[in-house]
Amino acid sequence: MDIHEYQAKELLARYQIDIPRGGLAYSPEQAAYRAREIGGDRWVVKAQIHSGARGKAGGIKLCSSDHEIVAAADSMLGRTLVTHQTGPQGKLVSRLYVEEAMDIAREIYLGFVLDRKSERIMIVASSSGGMEIEEIAEAEPDSIIRATVDPGVGMQDFQAREIAFGLGIDNALIGRATQTLIGCYRAFVDYDASMLEINPLVVTRQGDLVALDAKMSFDENALFRRPHISEMRDKSQEDPRETYASDRGLSYVGLDGNIGCIINGAGLAMATMDMIKIAGGEPANFLDIGGGASPERVAKSFRAVLTDRNVETILVNIFAGINRCDWVAEGVIKALREVGVPVPLVVRLSGTNMEEGRRILAESGENIIVAETLAEAAEKAVAAWRSFTAGKAA
Amino acid sequence: MSILLDKNTRVIVQGFTGKIGSFHAEDMKRYGTNVVGGVTPGKGGQTHLGMPVFNTVKGAVQETGADASIVFVPPPFAADSIMEAADAGIRLCVCITDGIPSQDMIRVKRYMRRYRFEDRMTLIGPNCAGMITPGEALMGIMPGSIYLPGRVGIVGRSGTLGYEAASQMKALGIGVSTSVGIGGDPVNGSSFKDMLELFEKDPNTDAVLMIGEIGGPQEAEAALWARDHMKKPLIAYIAGLSAPKGRRMGHAGAIISAFGESAQEKVEILKGAGVTIVATPSSFGETVAEVLSVMSKVA
Repeated sequence: MDIHEYQAKELLARYQIDIPRGGLAYSPEQAAYRAREIGGDRWVVKAQIHSGARGKAGGIKLCSSDHEIVAAADSMLGRTLVTHQTGPQGKLVSRLYVEEAMDIAREIYLGFVLDRKSERIMIVASSSGGMEIEEIAEAEPDSIIRATVDPGVGMQDFQAREIAFGLGIDNALIGRATQTLIGCYRAFVDYDASMLEINPLVVTRQGDLVALDAKMSFDENALFRRPHISEMRDKSQEDPRETYASDRGLSYVGLDGNIGCIINGAGLAMATMDMIKIAGGEPANFLDIGGGASPERVAKSFRAVLTDRNVETILVNIFAGINRCDWVAEGVIKALREVGVPVPLVVRLSGTNMEEGRRILAESGENIIVAETLAEAAEKAVAAWRSFTAGKAA
Repeated sequence: MSILLDKNTRVIVQGFTGKIGSFHAEDMKRYGTNVVGGVTPGKGGQTHLGMPVFNTVKGAVQETGADASIVFVPPPFAADSIMEAADAGIRLCVCITDGIPSQDMIRVKRYMRRYRFEDRMTLIGPNCAGMITPGEALMGIMPGSIYLPGRVGIVGRSGTLGYEAASQMKALGIGVSTSVGIGGDPVNGSSFKDMLELFEKDPNTDAVLMIGEIGGPQEAEAALWARDHMKKPLIAYIAGLSAPKGRRMGHAGAIISAFGESAQEKVEILKGAGVTIVATPSSFGETVAEVLSVMSKVA
């Protein structure tokens, strides 16, 4: 789960990490008021969306008057911002963060991730801040410092110091830098983060170390013990199809194709999508309905897949392990009658009692295309989709 | 024979008296697994499904001589249960639970390192379907009927995709020595490489099918290990050809976040290591059959 920049800064400030003075605004007038509250003579107006690279897309503007702030806020609020991280549909700007502008002497990159190889939290830092880490890895690979933390004892001061010296931070700021690094590590652990990025962490001309931007993501498996983090979820930043599905306990990822998928098991779901692609089609979504394909869950899945207006065929692929195909088949038919499916439907059932399941589908009188193998299911789905779109065009 | 699990393995169930634990305890027993009891704190001394219930894993080990445990404990408490098993001297622990926080698993892995490598518990999972040695024992939630006893090892992340592979093999009369699901989480107990090492040593496994997916470094690590150390043929499939970068595909670990983690890149690495690639998920059976027929001709 992602949160906004201002929320991440709020969390980090509790761990003694310096952030610029700032305030949240929902309207141009409020933005101007915030600037007056903060004081000074230069401010930055920042669109709050779940994406980096906002600057290039017009989502970050430096202002030096009320008038400029109102104009900047007006240009952002209610607009959809498209960055190279949001995809072409972009993300809606409904909140702004207004901050005092900083006098930047140098920019540093600081990131914390869960490293799967060492199975530890890893710190990634570079003296070439301001760029994205992928760009740094490309342009200045030697500038990247990495360190992992022993989870038994946590991050030690010497590790933080080594990184700070490695970044070429002045002696006078080493203490602050050490506190900042340890603070980030503690925040990462305390909130069950999966990613924390301060880019850039800046040294100001006044000699302060300030987090100019902040990004945090959280482990969804740990949200049960982080209710305060769950509350920060902003559904307006999510794909509405995914919000609909996740509110109903389904594991769904929206994609750009036309063949909707309802499958049990993440691996089988990915493999079925691959098979659709090999057969010449494009999957509209990933959807894992989980272990027990109960009629209720099957019905919910049909509704979720059909929230996507681009879906022109649905492929159901269930490998019944613990449950039985005859039971799943009855669930599919029940769901079909309840939900109403206006597009071709291909169903492949495999596993326990599959003959019985297929017979129930065939004898239901419903318009269901039955497939026996995975390859056949994908080919039939793509063929059904082709004739459906040809029929619509004619 | 097999790896890790056979009909003599003495299994206890953690989370024994819960609905899911009870269901699978009976299912495993029906398959022939030597289930000797279970653990539910606070219910020690009771009898459940005709078997003794213990308050602690230590108590269960003392009384039953159990050397393996399977965990059906809910996610907030599962990491604790795994560590309890490790501390009680359990040799093999299979954790089925899906949804354990990553930092809990980091802690589990760190905790297990307090034991010398030779004494360290083998952890399978979490977020997996478990393992089966067909015809002998089942420590998991997979349908036993789709596996034919035989001489091909299977190791995979996914449950149902593993079923798909095993049933394609069964349709062609190809049997399985042991099938292991290592699970879909980013931090897990045993890696692909760990299982390949065991299959390579197992005299009753002739070839291995590895079913990987997008995300993480484990398939690439296994490929390099196989290239340098494995004499038995390795056959592999990687799911997620159509998965976009940066999106989590169901499994907590199925996300392309770095170079070398996409399906295409992993397939290239595996090919470079001389591994036979299963081209589509509907050709598991025929690809394994081809490799076996080449082997028999050479021999």
